[in-house]
Amino acid sequence: MGSNRWELNRNLAQMLKGGVIMDVTTPEQARIAETAGACAVMALERIPADIRAAGGVSRMSDPKMIKGIQNAVSIPVMAKCRIGHFAEAQILQAIEIDYIDESEVLSPADDRYHIDKTKFDVPFVCGAKDLGEALRRINEGASMIRTKGEPGTGDVVQAVRHMRLMQTEIRRLVSMAEDELFDAAKQLQAPYELVLYVHEHGKLPVVNFAAGGVATPADAALMMQLGAEGVFVGSGIFKSGNPEKRAAAIVKAVTNYQDAKMLAELSEDLGEAMVGINEQEIELLMAERGK
Amino acid sequence: MQIGILAVQGAFLEHEQMLSRLGASCFEIRQKSDLTRPMDGLILPGGESTAQGKLLRDLGMLRPLQEQIEKGLPVFGTCAGLLLLAKEIQNDTRRHLATMDMVAVRNAYGRQLGSFSAEAAFDGLGTIPMTFIRAPYIESVGAGVRVLAVVEDRIVAARQGNQLVTAFHPELCSDPRVHRYFLDMIRARQGVGCHAASLVFESSEKACYPC
Repeated sequence: MGSNRWELNRNLAQMLKGGVIMDVTTPEQARIAETAGACAVMALERIPADIRAAGGVSRMSDPKMIKGIQNAVSIPVMAKCRIGHFAEAQILQAIEIDYIDESEVLSPADDRYHIDKTKFDVPFVCGAKDLGEALRRINEGASMIRTKGEPGTGDVVQAVRHMRLMQTEIRRLVSMAEDELFDAAKQLQAPYELVLYVHEHGKLPVVNFAAGGVATPADAALMMQLGAEGVFVGSGIFKSGNPEKRAAAIVKAVTNYQDAKMLAELSEDLGEAMVGINEQEIELLMAERGK
Repeated sequence: MQIGILAVQGAFLEHEQMLSRLGASCFEIRQKSDLTRPMDGLILPGGESTAQGKLLRDLGMLRPLQEQIEKGLPVFGTCAGLLLLAKEIQNDTRRHLATMDMVAVRNAYGRQLGSFSAEAAFDGLGTIPMTFIRAPYIESVGAGVRVLAVVEDRIVAARQGNQLVTAFHPELCSDPRVHRYFLDMIRARQGVGCHAASLVFESSEKACYPC
């Protein structure tokens, strides 16, 4: 991947800003998401809540299933590969996916190395719990970052924790003297050049979305007010009582995340939200995969 | 001068930054009540046209904006903004503002692997950098539409009176010439001498770097 390709990939993420990216498992769901105003869809065989329920090893989806979704919609289609599984990523690139999510939601294929994403022409989005993780992923070639949150739980607490931590660490870097940045880079285990960028710009060099546990318009507005530039909604939509209505409401909530009156209207009559599990009740913390 | 930037979804911040570099002030349009503010020009940014079109409709802004454009409000659409303005879209049944007499093609260069950058001539501005992200192009234009830029035999910029469109993203480059062209359109409508005004803007600009 040349620097021009990286720039083009970073640019695509900029076009997704202020939008909602929805997990879908069928062409039908993809069409519902597009009609509701999703700015992209994530094609996967099972949404995180079901992956969690089923247990076992979770892998990249069947390319045929992904192609079915590519053919069903005109918006960008993303798909997940396992952390470190560059062969899965090569397959996703071969079917011209618009974005690869090297995702902790699937079982990691490598417990030490992430994919060298600079070797690919298609863009990558990666999860992060803190600033150090985010900058390491960007250094490996990710052109978009999202919080990890805790996928498939419908519990927003971890996405909030990760977004707050990232923003706190960014503010801390901004306030530092330049000669302190070398040590900050050491502490963050991140390249100095990226640390310097954050110090100078007060933000990541790529777009940063919220993900993991977003289930309601209020959750989405919360994450936007905490500094997210857009939102991924995984299990929250198609595990709820009225997916069409909830999807459209979350899209509008992201656009008008500061208008509490509108959020109140959007939150009415959405039917049952996904049941959800509290973080204390789960045995598998996906966010701890890949650091 | 006050420029409204549609901020329902997409890369609207990049337009704001470009306008502030050029010394023009702007405000975000996120809901119908934002349309009550006085507006000298309108920018429709890049993003997903399906998402933006849906939000324009649901938030009750489609008709009011359509009326203002038809009455002569200067409007500048980039990428998705071009699709919002197109009267016809060859490979999509959805129509949005549909005020500009042209046939556009969505995702005309394919998926993200087809995204590219180029340099090409823009009518009256010389050669400018152009970034195409899952971009559309213009298949054909009506009689009142002037073609402003062509890349590989495809129309990528055009103007019909008060409406300016580019299939590429001038807001992603640091080259401000297309935005300045749009500001000149607004000034011309207001009856201010374009040339003098753009000289003033030139001096207030920060250093400009290539794309």
